[in-house]
Amino acid sequence: MSRPRYVMTVDTKTCVGCNACVLACKSENGLPEQGYRDWIVTETTGAFPNLFQEIRSERCNHCDRSPCVSACPTGASYRQEDGIVLVDPAKCTGCKACIAACPYGARYVHPRGFVDKCTFCVHRLTAGKQPACVDICPTDSLTFGDLNDPRSAVSRLLKSRRHKTLLPEEGLLPHVFFLI
Amino acid sequence: MTEIEINRASQLIDPQLHIWGIEVPIYLFLGGLTAGLMILTPLLLGRTPPAQRTKWMRWLPLVAPLILSFGMLALLIDLSYKLHALRFYAAFRPASPMSWGAWILIAIYPATLLLGLATLDDNDWRWVSGRNWIKKIGVLTLAEAARRFALNHTGRIRIVNIVLGIGLGGYTGLLLSTLGVRHVWSSAVLGPLFLVSGISTGAALMMLWPLGEKSHPWLRKVDIAAIVTELALLALYLVGLSSGNTAANAAAQLFLGGPYTATFWSLVVFAGLLIPLFIELFEARKRIRPTVWAPVLLLLGGFCLRLILVSAGQV
Repeated sequence: MSRPRYVMTVDTKTCVGCNACVLACKSENGLPEQGYRDWIVTETTGAFPNLFQEIRSERCNHCDRSPCVSACPTGASYRQEDGIVLVDPAKCTGCKACIAACPYGARYVHPRGFVDKCTFCVHRLTAGKQPACVDICPTDSLTFGDLNDPRSAVSRLLKSRRHKTLLPEEGLLPHVFFLI
Repeated sequence: MTEIEINRASQLIDPQLHIWGIEVPIYLFLGGLTAGLMILTPLLLGRTPPAQRTKWMRWLPLVAPLILSFGMLALLIDLSYKLHALRFYAAFRPASPMSWGAWILIAIYPATLLLGLATLDDNDWRWVSGRNWIKKIGVLTLAEAARRFALNHTGRIRIVNIVLGIGLGGYTGLLLSTLGVRHVWSSAVLGPLFLVSGISTGAALMMLWPLGEKSHPWLRKVDIAAIVTELALLALYLVGLSSGNTAANAAAQLFLGGPYTATFWSLVVFAGLLIPLFIELFEARKRIRPTVWAPVLLLLGGFCLRLILVSAGQV
C-alpha cells in the first residue's frame, strides 16, 4: 500500500465564511490572541452590477515544494512523508526566514518565540479523527483525506469538480485545492 | 476590479508583511563591511612591506571580527526565540542560505584572528601578552601557538580571508535573493551587488582608519572601481525587474515612481554613490588632501541600500 498523501479541498461554492473553522482551530490548538492557523478570504471581482464573490477558508498549503522548509536553517520546518509540513518548536530559532519564504502568509511568530502554522491537526489524524476545521464546518465545505486512495472523498471530488490552487505560478504544488 | 478582504489579524503579516525590522539591515550592512575588510586588508598588507606598516595598519585585521560581532548581536536581537540561537550550529542545511551564513560566520573568527596575529609585530605582541586580562582568561599559551602558526602560514591565511570575505559578502545578498516569492529580492544580481557594496564600504572604513597617506590612493582607486560596478549592478537589477513578469515589474515600480523612489534615488544612488564618486574623482584629479565626506557618505549609502531593499521586499 502506498504512503498517504494528505490534501484538503475547500468548496468555494458552499463556503459561507462563517469563521467556524477559524474558531475551531484556535480552540483545538490553543492558539494565542494574535495567532491564526486558518482564516477567511473574501475576494470580489468584476464591476457593478456584474460582481462575483468567492469565499475561501485558507491555511498553510503544505506545498510539495515547500520554500519554508528549504529556507529553514535549523531543520525546524520539515515535511513528513505524508506531505504534511510541520514546525518543531524545539529546533526553531525564530529567524523568520520561513515567514519570508512563504507566499501565502501562512506562518506567524507565536508569543513564545517559535514560528507556528497549520498542522492539518496531525495530532487528531493519529487518533483517527479529521482536522478540527473539517469536523466543525457546518456546510461541509472542507474535505480532508488521502489523495493516493482513489476511493477517498478528496480523490473523488478532485476528479469530478473543477478546482484550482493559490498562486500556481509560484510552482510550489500546494496540497490545498479550491473547488470552483 | 478585484477586492480582497482577509479576516486574519496577525500583526506581522497583515495588512503588510513585517518580519524583519532594522536589525537585519544592520546585520547585512555590518556583514558586508566585514566582508570588504576581509578582502581588502590582506591585499593592502600584501602591498605594504612590514617595515612600512603603521601601528594602525597592524591592528586593522582585528577590526573585522569586532564589527562582525556587532552584526551578530543585531541578528541575535532579531531572533524571536533567542534561547535557541545555538540551534544554527546543531544542523547544516545545504538548501538554506541562512544555514550557510551561520557556518561562514563561525569560520570568519579564526581566519580574521589568525590574520590579526600574523600582522602584529613583536612589540605589539609583547604588549598584548603583557595584559593581565589575557593571562587571567588563560589563553596566552593557545594564542602564542596560534601566532606561531599564523606567522608560518601568512600567505594562506590571507587567501582564506579573501575567499571567506567573498563568501560572506555574496551571502548577505543571496540570503534575500533565494527568497524567490518576494519579487524585490528575487534577483541573482543581489549577491554580487551586496558583495561589491561591501567592498566599497570596507574601503570607506579603511579610508577613515588612520593608515597613512600612502595607502589612500590605492584604496580610493579600489573604491572608485567598486562604486562604478555597484552603479552598473543597480542598473542591471532594475532592468532585470522591469523586464520580468507582472509581479517583478510591480517590484521595480517601487523604485521607479512608487513609495521607495525618493529614498532609493536620493539616499542610495545620489548621496551614497554618485556624490562620493564625484568627491573621490575630484580629490584624485586635483591631488588634494582627502576629506571624510566620501567615506562617510558611502557608509551611510551602504546601510540605506540594505535598509530600503529589506523594507521594500516586505511590501
